[in-house]
Amino acid sequence: MTLDHRQQHMQSLRAGLSLLVAPIEYLVDLPVNLGRWVDESLSSRQSLIEENTRLHAQNLLMQARSLKNADLETENQRLRELLGSSVKVADRVLIAEIYKIDLDPFKHIVRLNKSARHGIYLDQPLLDAHGVMGQIIEIMPLNSTARLITDPGHSIPVQVSRNGLRTIALGSGKINQLDLPYLPNNADIEVGDLLVTSGLGGIYPHGYPVAKVTAIERAPALEFARIKAEPTAHINRSSEVLLVWSGDRIKMMQTQSPATPAESSSTGAPATKGPTQ
Amino acid sequence: MTTTARQGGLLIVITIIAAMALTIIPLPESIEHFRPEWVALVIIYWCMALPQRIGVGRAWMTGLLLDVMTGSLLGQHALSMTVVAFLVINLYQRIRLFPLGQQALVIWMMLNLYQLLLLWFDGITGQPPKGLNFWWPPLIGMLFWPAVFLLLRGLRRKYKVQ
Repeated sequence: MTLDHRQQHMQSLRAGLSLLVAPIEYLVDLPVNLGRWVDESLSSRQSLIEENTRLHAQNLLMQARSLKNADLETENQRLRELLGSSVKVADRVLIAEIYKIDLDPFKHIVRLNKSARHGIYLDQPLLDAHGVMGQIIEIMPLNSTARLITDPGHSIPVQVSRNGLRTIALGSGKINQLDLPYLPNNADIEVGDLLVTSGLGGIYPHGYPVAKVTAIERAPALEFARIKAEPTAHINRSSEVLLVWSGDRIKMMQTQSPATPAESSSTGAPATKGPTQ
Repeated sequence: MTTTARQGGLLIVITIIAAMALTIIPLPESIEHFRPEWVALVIIYWCMALPQRIGVGRAWMTGLLLDVMTGSLLGQHALSMTVVAFLVINLYQRIRLFPLGQQALVIWMMLNLYQLLLLWFDGITGQPPKGLNFWWPPLIGMLFWPAVFLLLRGLRRKYKVQ
């Protein structure tokens, strides 16, 4: 049975059984949702107004930044075209919510409230507002499961944004730490360097922030430096995450069903037009 | 006899569902490693109290649901649960006579076996090792056993589950 599952034969059985346990998960998640709802409906007018003005200001700031961003993006695209490379920048996203339930303390996996109905696919990357969080590992009829980048069984191809040095970041099993065990002692990397996804491996799109280097230990006796990094994503605090469709996937979705923009709040709005290669 | 034999099935299901809910209820990070295996405790109790009703088959089905819920390999919890249920079914006449403290020790061994089987499956499928924290849940489960036992026995007597 275990072997069967490894070959994905039991997927349908698992999906069926998940319908049985979904109510339990919903029930456990309920108090938290309820608490949030009560909090929202009881918060005073004053605080709502304050929050509104704050968000308004933030929105303005973001818009200004995104204007500049759009300009840079087109410029970048043009330069890439000149170079003859075909990197796609525009991404589509969908907002998903994490269930407030613990699955297994030794694995960093979370359950999301989005399922196959929303068009998500296996291995789809997961972000929050600050960086990469993980990838989808299982899709069930009512929800889906995602593995976080800090899971001890997870690794993510990254590069140092300062100089493009590529390596792999492994999950450490601690919620605030990634390990970079494959860099030699003389590698050009410093504390504070930002690691971004390198786009190799084909799962994570290129250029999203992953982690910041926090500690480097160069032991001359060892072949490789021991480097630790802290994820930029708020892995144990975010309750809402973004599911990303990048480049090819957007095209695939559009050819499959032209009318599936469920609640896609495409962030890169001004620049979503498909780049000509 | 056949009419009373069906009595209280709902209560059993409810206790198992409650145990499953406790299994995934969010805990603070500092104590999440100490969460006992609630479902195993409840299954052990029912196997011991009503071996003619709750046996290896029910334990297997419960384990399967637990697998789906916690995202582990399908069959991992199911098989461990089955082995534990089998042991309890074989030993229930003896365990029932033990004083509560001694009972808890036996339960500890069973929970350890349960945990060990889970660990083996993880090892076989290439999951990274988990360290000594992995052995807390059986110990905590043992400490919780008297409470679980008294609560479930109270419920069983009150609703006359047979």
